[in-house]
Amino acid sequence: MSNLLDLLVAGLATGAIYALVAVGFTLLWQTSQTINFAQGEFVMLPAFLMLAVMHAGAPFWLAIILGILLSLLLLGLGFKLLLVDPMLRHGVLPLAIATMALAIGMKEAVKQFFSAEASPFPSIVPAGDVSILGTVVSLQSLGVLALAIAVVIGLTMLLNRTSIGHQMQATAQNPTVARIIGVPVERMILMTFLINAFLVALASLLITPIYLAKFSSGEVLGQAAFIAAIVGGFNQVRGAIAGGLLIGVVDNLAAAYVSTQYRAAVPLILLIVIILFRPQGLLGRPEERTV
Amino acid sequence: MTATGKYLRIALGIAVIAALIIVPMNFNRYGLYILSQWAVMTIAAMGLNLTLGYAGQVSLAQGAFVGIGAYAAAIMTTQGGMPLIAALGVAIVLCFAIGWILGYPALRVQHHYLAFVTLAFSTLAFLVFRNEDWLTKGIYGISNIPRPNVMGFATNRPLPFYYFCLGSLALVSLAMWWLIRSPWGRAFVALRENPVRALSLGIDTRRYTLMAFAIGSALGGVAGTLYAPLTQYIDPVPFNLSLSLDLLMMVIVGGSGFFFGPFLGAMIAVLLPEWLRFTQGYYLMLYAVAVMLLLIYSPTGILGILDRYLAERRTKAASALRAVAKSRLETAP
Amino acid sequence: MRSGIFAGLLLATVSAAAAFAQGAPIKLANVAELSGGGATVGNNWKNGIDLAIEEINTKGGVLGRKLEVTHADSQSNPGVARAQVQKALDNEPYVLLGPGYSGSVKVTSPLAAEAGIAQIMGGEAAELTQGGNKFLFRTSFGQQSSMPKVAKYINDELKAKSVAIVWVNNDFGKGGRDVITKEFAKHNIKVAADISTEAGQADFAADVSKIKAASPDAVFIYLNEEESARMLKELKRQSISVPLMGETTLVGQKVVELAGDAANGARGHVGLTTDAPVDLVKAFREKFLKKYNYVPDHNGLKGYLAIYMIKATTEKMGKVDAKAFADNLHGLTIKAASEPGILMDVTFDEKGDIDRQGFLVEIVDGKQVVKQVLPKLN
Repeated sequence: MSNLLDLLVAGLATGAIYALVAVGFTLLWQTSQTINFAQGEFVMLPAFLMLAVMHAGAPFWLAIILGILLSLLLLGLGFKLLLVDPMLRHGVLPLAIATMALAIGMKEAVKQFFSAEASPFPSIVPAGDVSILGTVVSLQSLGVLALAIAVVIGLTMLLNRTSIGHQMQATAQNPTVARIIGVPVERMILMTFLINAFLVALASLLITPIYLAKFSSGEVLGQAAFIAAIVGGFNQVRGAIAGGLLIGVVDNLAAAYVSTQYRAAVPLILLIVIILFRPQGLLGRPEERTV
Repeated sequence: MTATGKYLRIALGIAVIAALIIVPMNFNRYGLYILSQWAVMTIAAMGLNLTLGYAGQVSLAQGAFVGIGAYAAAIMTTQGGMPLIAALGVAIVLCFAIGWILGYPALRVQHHYLAFVTLAFSTLAFLVFRNEDWLTKGIYGISNIPRPNVMGFATNRPLPFYYFCLGSLALVSLAMWWLIRSPWGRAFVALRENPVRALSLGIDTRRYTLMAFAIGSALGGVAGTLYAPLTQYIDPVPFNLSLSLDLLMMVIVGGSGFFFGPFLGAMIAVLLPEWLRFTQGYYLMLYAVAVMLLLIYSPTGILGILDRYLAERRTKAASALRAVAKSRLETAP
Repeated sequence: MRSGIFAGLLLATVSAAAAFAQGAPIKLANVAELSGGGATVGNNWKNGIDLAIEEINTKGGVLGRKLEVTHADSQSNPGVARAQVQKALDNEPYVLLGPGYSGSVKVTSPLAAEAGIAQIMGGEAAELTQGGNKFLFRTSFGQQSSMPKVAKYINDELKAKSVAIVWVNNDFGKGGRDVITKEFAKHNIKVAADISTEAGQADFAADVSKIKAASPDAVFIYLNEEESARMLKELKRQSISVPLMGETTLVGQKVVELAGDAANGARGHVGLTTDAPVDLVKAFREKFLKKYNYVPDHNGLKGYLAIYMIKATTEKMGKVDAKAFADNLHGLTIKAASEPGILMDVTFDEKGDIDRQGFLVEIVDGKQVVKQVLPKLN
């Protein structure tokens, strides 16, 4: 029993990582129908930006601030203006392919200009373990979990309690109507890109001490987060969180009770089953717009 | 289309085919290998183009179907000692059937869910290739895959094998040309253009969509049966999700829904990185930038540029004609 | 414009002639995993090669001729590796270097053999040198020579009767796992748990809980450095206290750096390591660190050694002869005393396998401590 509890806790910790990354997926999809295949690389990059700042001699706290600002600039504003805007009118697919190319480009650039080696990354959560109900949990995992919860609460508050949030929701649901009733649709879309950039920078900060800063670390993350987003419901923030946590737990349980060789298969079979019986995802709402 | 335009196009086609046959004759082994790879990838991309470009369905499993074809070829020719043509038959039937089974439930719900189901399938297929050692030799891969004898000719040397790939590509292209012009092909396009209208015209939309996906997948299998003897060694790694994404990229970059789109797309994906290799460590970066710039400039791919250009010229010609007619009317007494 | 081209041509001819006067450079071709899943392996290998070539060339080259290498990226894909090796061979290099992945070696070695060009590679899978290829050479122990030593240590020193095996499911990990399983059978050691993991895996909770459930006498860990570090952390978190045994990738400096004190107590057999208590290796490590700003793993050493293998063999022949190269390297012993670049005495057998001293090390207080030196066999 303690074994099962252990697996659940560890699974939730990993799942929280996927969830954080998946939230951004769903945000971009909702407001601008962008499928970002480079989302994993978006998480990989901020850590390197922060490392670069630290190599220049800045202290860690300054590196964090500058890293987040650079992420907002590059992965938020730059991504939106340079890649998404010119292609948005032309449908989902060419843009999705362009983000694939972007993923290759980002990986190669980091490898070429930084290193192909994995670098350790300082943790803002002290390393160490605490014992909860007889299960030893690492503080880092708890930190990620806490942040994921904070993000859900924060985003839900933003979306439901503030005027900007309402305008963003209107943009997501029907941009044409939103425009008519006076919502600055363009600004709202830009806002979601900036929120995504902020989230990936935060995720990067929390995850990199565990995953290490490596050019290829986005591949596993991106794919897991993509699957989490579909499982949870592509059009709901809380769906993405639930999907991420579920994938993390299922993956661990599968490795323990099914087969380590096929552990990656179980979440995918789950995905297929969910599509068959609940195509909008666990917490998603049925989509009116057909693609 | 004017008669001269038609003749011009036929002449151009003949010139390209002749060049593909004659020019590589004095290529070195590397050049022939890359060209053979281009032919094989074009076949796989043509299959995906049928699914995506003509029937409007996104498949993220074309790479897995190439893998199934490659494993069928590798296992049957090395362990069973069977000819490649038998493996080809098995690969086609297998990929068609799997495509049908995969697509059936996915398309029942909502049609873009096919993308998600195929994404999952792609990784599942990789795990099976890797984990079922008894059949696929797992991560060690299968080596010494023989190249076939075609009508008594051995294709061991690079040049004959290139011709074998080119010939296969020609056959697949002809079949595809016929298919697109058949009532089926027209039904596929009708589906993409306006599914509701197609339904009201009495087209069984789901069956035709499924058919397009299954045929497209089978072509992936065909490409796979050529890929195995091309590299003469296969392991599971090349058939993971990234091959499926690469093939999708080829179709979009070439121009999805254009007959010659996959030819150009595969050329970009296979040959462009090779041309850029002189930049050493930067070549994949430059490749990625080139693909992004191309898509920003023309989201409908390379052939989209041509299409736009031709359409513009036609409008210009038409307005010129109109201007002439108008001036004639005005100067008429 | 045309005169510019002409001047360029003239310049090229002149400089080519100048080069020819000293002997044209010796062309080497490297095909390695510079991108994709094996990029860390391939880039270490490449950097090792470049470092060795730079050293040799500043000292006047080999037999008075400079070395020159072209690097090609296999994208960690056997199909691409084949194309790039084909391209490299079409240019008739003196020796072919790489690739590092065993699958890519398998697909390319018949091509090099057919061309009669020696191939010095980084693959460690046991079967590579067992197919009778006369042109293929290792730079490190194959798994068939390292695993028996590990199994013997587990049997004799740890006295373990049941062992859990954790391996990464790629050709490196699977190869090691298959060889050690056979070795365990010879010693009547039971495999208590057989756990495959994924490259890039971050969460080892389930894997470790399986080990816990199997309660083995020891754990054999065969993962890449980064995953090894995460595994060690998780083993510590779930407080597993049985001896942990591995290979080069479990006890390297990188693992210690990443795993912190969770690495303490881990033991391993090490063939090539920059932590070896050998002065020449320490000097190499400093040179590499200075040039590339990081400490290489064993692949960096392999690339470096490959070049010095070429130098020693060529100097022994007294001429640059691609056709005779492989024959001369077979059975050759290179002593570090006469060729410091080889770092440790080494002998190549008829199959292209390597014989060299090895080490059994343990991590104590974050430092590698050599517990036992396994001497060179002959």
